[in-house]
Amino acid sequence: MPETTPAPPASSTAPPAVSSAGLAAGAARALPIATGIFVYGVVFGVLAHQTGLTLAEAALMSAVVYAGASQFTALGLWQVPVPALPIIITTLVVNLRHLMMSASMHPWIGRPRRRSLFGLLFFLTDESWALSIGEFARNGGSLRFFVGAALTLFVTWQLATATGYVAGNVVQDPVALGLDFAFVAVFTVLLVCLCRGRRDLLPWAVAAAAAIGASLALPGNWYIIVGGLAGSLAAAARDGR
Amino acid sequence: MDVRPETLLVIAGMAIVTYLPRATGLWLAGRFELSDRLRAWLEALPGAILVSMVAPGLVRAGPPEWLAAAATVAVAWRTRGLLPGLATGIVVVVLLRQLLPT
Repeated sequence: MPETTPAPPASSTAPPAVSSAGLAAGAARALPIATGIFVYGVVFGVLAHQTGLTLAEAALMSAVVYAGASQFTALGLWQVPVPALPIIITTLVVNLRHLMMSASMHPWIGRPRRRSLFGLLFFLTDESWALSIGEFARNGGSLRFFVGAALTLFVTWQLATATGYVAGNVVQDPVALGLDFAFVAVFTVLLVCLCRGRRDLLPWAVAAAAAIGASLALPGNWYIIVGGLAGSLAAAARDGR
Repeated sequence: MDVRPETLLVIAGMAIVTYLPRATGLWLAGRFELSDRLRAWLEALPGAILVSMVAPGLVRAGPPEWLAAAATVAVAWRTRGLLPGLATGIVVVVLLRQLLPT
């Protein structure tokens, strides 16, 4: 399916227009973080089992929702009978941050507009977005890179969910292995690669301050949205006209 | 090995509200002729989001995580590669958590 996507679009901002990085490059770049995702997927499988979901239900949720944070949150709210509306509303709130990530990819993959693009956006996660946006900033936009990375992480999440459900506590202590730090480390590396120099100082400082403040004042992961908006709007106010 | 109807309903609802933000962000960005200001906003967005995902957790962590993050930045700055930075961060955090128990 991904192979049928047309050649990468001409990039509007970042040179060079055609990136050499394709599906395989995306998949390869995703492998390190896939190990971290596998661990969290296993934990999700274990918790889903304990919460009383069937294997088919846990697998279905991972396959069609495919958003770790909200899946964990849903398990936390799970009762009998299932509180459908609270779970669905919470899921929307937890995943609202993807709106910004999706919008931020527009300068690279938004044009020319293709239908298949919107199908592929199902695979947008924090990690597949972060890997791709890092690649876009360095080498220009390649939708294939996103697809390669995203599908690798998707398959990993499915395997991990089933593994955790069936095998139980195979990963005893992610913290002792430092795997909880894997996400911070990956996001930090991507930030370094993304850095445009001194002009990022203002938006990043504003984003950090706003996110830290919001994390103290607001529940859930609203801090991502607050910080992301505050930092980027600060840049827009300074640079745009 | 079955899916109960009420569970199916909840999962379907979760799937819909999760997909919508993923698709509408790009769609919305394409709706408007990008002004300089809008373009500056979109270009600053990735970094601001990444900073926001990392900063609160890091501030609340401790010296092992702070030093590991600093080491990650240093290695990533030199190598520009994902794997060296990631490996450095994890090794440093594991070592320091053993050396500096909280």
